[in-house]
Parts: sequence; C-alpha cells; structure tokens
Amino acid sequence: MIFFKAFLVGGLICVVAQLLMDLTSYKITPAHILVGFVTAGALLSAFGFYQPLVNWAGAGATVPLSGFGHLIAQGAVQGVQEKGLLGVFSGGITTTATGITAAIVFGYFASIFFRAKG
Amino acid sequence: MTAQKKVGQQTVWFQNPPVIIAAATIAGQKEGQGPFAKSFDKVIDNDYYGEQTWEKAERRMLLEVMQNAVRKAGLTPGNIDYMLSGDLLNQIISANFTARDLGIPFLGLYGACSTMLESSAIGSMLIDGGFAEYVLVGTSSHYGTAERQFRFPTEQGVQRPLHAQWTVTGASAMVLARSGSGPRITSATIGKVIDLGQGDPLDMSSAMAPAAADTIARHLWDTGRQPGDYDLFLTGDLGIYGSKLVVSLLGQKGFNIDDRYQDCGAMIYFPEQDTHAGGSGCACVGVVTCGHFLKEMAAGGLKRMFVVGTGALLSPCSTQQGETIPGISHGVLIES
Amino acid sequence: METQPLEIQKKQYAKIVKEIRPKPPLLRNLAGAFVVGGLIAVIGQIFLNLYQGLGLSLQEAGAAESATLVFLAALLTGLGVYDEIAKVGGAGSIVPITGFANSMVSPAMEYRGEGLVLGVGARLFTVAGPVLVFGIVTGWAIGIFYYFFR
Repeated sequence: MIFFKAFLVGGLICVVAQLLMDLTSYKITPAHILVGFVTAGALLSAFGFYQPLVNWAGAGATVPLSGFGHLIAQGAVQGVQEKGLLGVFSGGITTTATGITAAIVFGYFASIFFRAKG
Repeated sequence: MTAQKKVGQQTVWFQNPPVIIAAATIAGQKEGQGPFAKSFDKVIDNDYYGEQTWEKAERRMLLEVMQNAVRKAGLTPGNIDYMLSGDLLNQIISANFTARDLGIPFLGLYGACSTMLESSAIGSMLIDGGFAEYVLVGTSSHYGTAERQFRFPTEQGVQRPLHAQWTVTGASAMVLARSGSGPRITSATIGKVIDLGQGDPLDMSSAMAPAAADTIARHLWDTGRQPGDYDLFLTGDLGIYGSKLVVSLLGQKGFNIDDRYQDCGAMIYFPEQDTHAGGSGCACVGVVTCGHFLKEMAAGGLKRMFVVGTGALLSPCSTQQGETIPGISHGVLIES
Repeated sequence: METQPLEIQKKQYAKIVKEIRPKPPLLRNLAGAFVVGGLIAVIGQIFLNLYQGLGLSLQEAGAAESATLVFLAALLTGLGVYDEIAKVGGAGSIVPITGFANSMVSPAMEYRGEGLVLGVGARLFTVAGPVLVFGIVTGWAIGIFYYFFR
C-alpha cells in the first residue's frame, strides 16, 4: 500500500512541476523549478503541511526536492530546539548533510570517470 | 561618385561574379545518418573526432574542411588572399584557431548561423572589388559545444520542446575565385538586424524568420524581380516551423515563394531522428548547400538559387538579462 | 505590416508565431511526468524499506535512501541514460532528488575539459548552487522565525 501511495504522491508532485514548465514562459528553466520546489517544500513544512504528507506517502513526499526543503526546515526547527540561536545556522544543513555530501562526492566522481556522450 | 555595383537599398550586383571553384563538407554522426549522408565529403563516426573536447573536435573539422577545399581547388594555403570565417563559440575560437594553423590572412566574422553567407558575400565583394584572387570562406558548428553554450549541457535531463532544433555538427568551406569554372555568386543582399520581440532561446527560428523574410523581400524589391525568376529560395536553419513563418511573412509582403522554397534545417534530418523541428547552427546551411545543392546545381537541376543564412544574435548573457533575440539574415544569389 | 509601428508588428508577429508553433503535448507530458516521478518515488520507497529492515531508524534510512538515489542518478547521467529518461519523464525526472544529482553531474562532466577546479568543481554547482542557496536561506529564515516566535 505504501508503494502505491508513494507512486501517487511522487507522481502528482511531478505533474505540478510539469504543468509549471509547460504552461509558463520559457523563462522557467529546470533550475527555477528545482529552486521553487525546495523553497516551497521548506515553507509548507514550516506551516506544518508537509509532515502529514510524508507520514502518508513516505518516499513519495521525500524523494521530490520539496522533501529536501522539508528536511531543511525540519532541521532548522530541531536546531533551535536543541541549540537555540546557533541551531538556526546549523540545523538545516545537519539533516540534509548525507544527501548533500552524497551528491557532491558521487557527482564529482561521475564527472571524472565518465565522458559526456552528447 | 555613387556605389556603382549597388542596387536598391541593400543589394549588390557583382560585375565579375566570383566563381565557387571548390566546396568541401564534413558532417557529424547524426547528420551522417540523415537524408544528405551521401552528399558530404566526410562523415565523422564520433562527435569527439579523436579529440579530448568537443571544442577541439569542432576546430579539427573546420581545419580539415578548409584544407580540403583548398586542395580541391588545386591550390595551397599560400595562394589564398583572405580567409573569412566564424562560428558560434565565444570569441569565435574555432575560426581563430583554424586561421592560426592555416596561416592565411584572416578576417573573423560573427553572424551566428548566417556566417556562411556573410563570409560568402564579403568574399565576393573582395574579389569583385579587385582586392583578391582567391578567398576561402567557411564555418563550423557542433551540437555539444553549442548546446552547452547557449542552452543546457547535453546530459542534463531537460525535455526539449517540439519547436526546438538540433545544432548540426559539421563544417563547410568554399574557395571563391576571380575566374575558373563552377557556379557563380552574382548578387548579395546584406540584411538588417531585426527583432520582433521573440525571446525563447529554445526557439530561435521564430526570432530569425522575420529577418529572413525581410532579406528575401528586400532582394526582390531591390532587383525588381519576382519569386518566379528563381528556381529555389533556400533558407539556412529555420526548421519546420520557422519555414512556415517565413512563407507567411513573405505572403504579407506580397510574395508567394511557397512552391520554390526549402529550408536546410527542415531537411537535414529524418523525422524519426527525433530532432523535433530540424537542424540549426552555422554548419546547417553550409553542409547542405555545399554538399547537396551545389552538387545538384552542377548536375544541371538548378540554375538560380537564392541562399539565405539566418542568425540569432543572442548570447546567454542577453537571455538571462531578459533581452529578446535579434535576428540577422544575409542572402547570396548563386547561378550555374 | 512594413509601415506599422514596431510594437504593433511585434504583437501581430507574436500571434502568427503562436498559431504556427506546436503546442506542447500536455497530456502525454503529464502522463510521462506522473509515471516517471512516481516510479522514482517507489524506488526510493523500496530502498527506504530495505534500510529500515536492516535496522536503521526512519531518519537514517531516509538519508541512506537519498544517498542511494543520488548515486544511481550520477551513474545513469555518466552513462548517458538519464537524459533519455528525461525525454519521457520531463519534470518527473527533474523534480526528484535524482534530477538534482543529474543537474550537478551533467555540467561538471561536460566542462571537465576546463580542469578539475574551474571545470568540474565549479560546474557541479551550476544548478545545485542556487538550490542550496535558496533552500538554506529559507531554512535559516524559518529557524529565526521559530526562535523568536515559538
């Protein structure tokens, strides 16, 4: 069942992005979409709307980049709870550290080992 | 004294029309699987062409095609008075570095994808003006170098819209001479930069079509001719939808060229090659004209064709700053 | 048309362009985005369950799952497969964290010729940079807000 929910929510979030891309001007590039989804995810999370989605759909809500934003927001809040003002600065990165490091390390090695096919 | 060889506002007639004594082409893998595969002198089987980067591969293609054209003309680089060339890369490095290797006096040009025609027009003027015996003109483009410079890296997962075009990998060159045998460039029309407010860098044909229509109409007005006087109007890289735009715009100006009009970009790939709206890039008009159409002309099928190169004069910087895309278009009249 | 003011010419031309330019195949694109985006989420869920089954906490398993997806996306980008998936998937392959990884590897790989520092190092962040900047700034602002108003 969780797989079905993940599929549904993950797919629907991407449908929203596809609509944004196809129905708006060419000025919306993939970079804008990614930035928009991270920011939107963080804001939704701050208002408490994103966690219920994660609880219901699991990876369906965490795999899209809005989940990344949710993680940053969650981290910031946790950081404040644990360390106060300093946590504001460290929290967001703490929760996302694994993803960011993985992306940088694997990205680095992939760029070195492979050659663009064109 | 007035300009004796100029007619109308933007057109010149050559008194001693320069002869295209040799033409050479080289094309990439994808182009080599297209309808014109057999008309290219050489098809490379890998877009790196044995080099470390795509830029170097593009440069190598341009160098080889230039050398090949000179050889076909029975000349050596030392015989050539001027080399006129340009490409799409920043500071036209493909042309600059090729000129370095060839050691021919060099004028670098930038007309985006119209460069082949821009160089042909200026080269013809140099010859007819008595400033040169032989002029080498040519240009190159490469899918990998152009995509990442103007749009996105090729491996980035970006869905290309249906109106997007595919940059042609290839290079072409011609040797123009004061005398000799071959088709002649009898007239040239230098275009104005025209911008009708299109800004999508994935749809440059909409930005270029008004320039193409303007140059074609201007040529006909300047010369007092009608479309029926020509066998063919050939545009460079407007692609499938840009071609429709140019026909429509010319219709508004009172010219119907539909029955004798073709576009290199719309023809260079098969539909199943999944390029969407066709080819683009400096090499597009170059390899198709120098490959297919000059051969057809030599075979006697074509007598008079007006070839129009179209360039989109944008840069990634201008796009990011929200500017629209100005278009340019130059035409030369080639007669057998 | 020739003698009309430029602004009117532009408007008229925009109309012609709109008529002739093909519309994006919206239904097909949406279906592609839904299926590909959904499948990537399902793959994520499979790894999530797997790692939880191995004894990781939900949070740890989530992190490991992200890292796995990122690894796979970097690999597929390197092999030249990811952009083929994106042809069908559109936003479905851009929005998941795999698209984030793809947006890092693809420019870095192509600018490899410009050296390890300014080619690979700098280009890894062509898209990732802005994402991190806006993500972190938003997170920071949320933290500040929470600190003062909780």
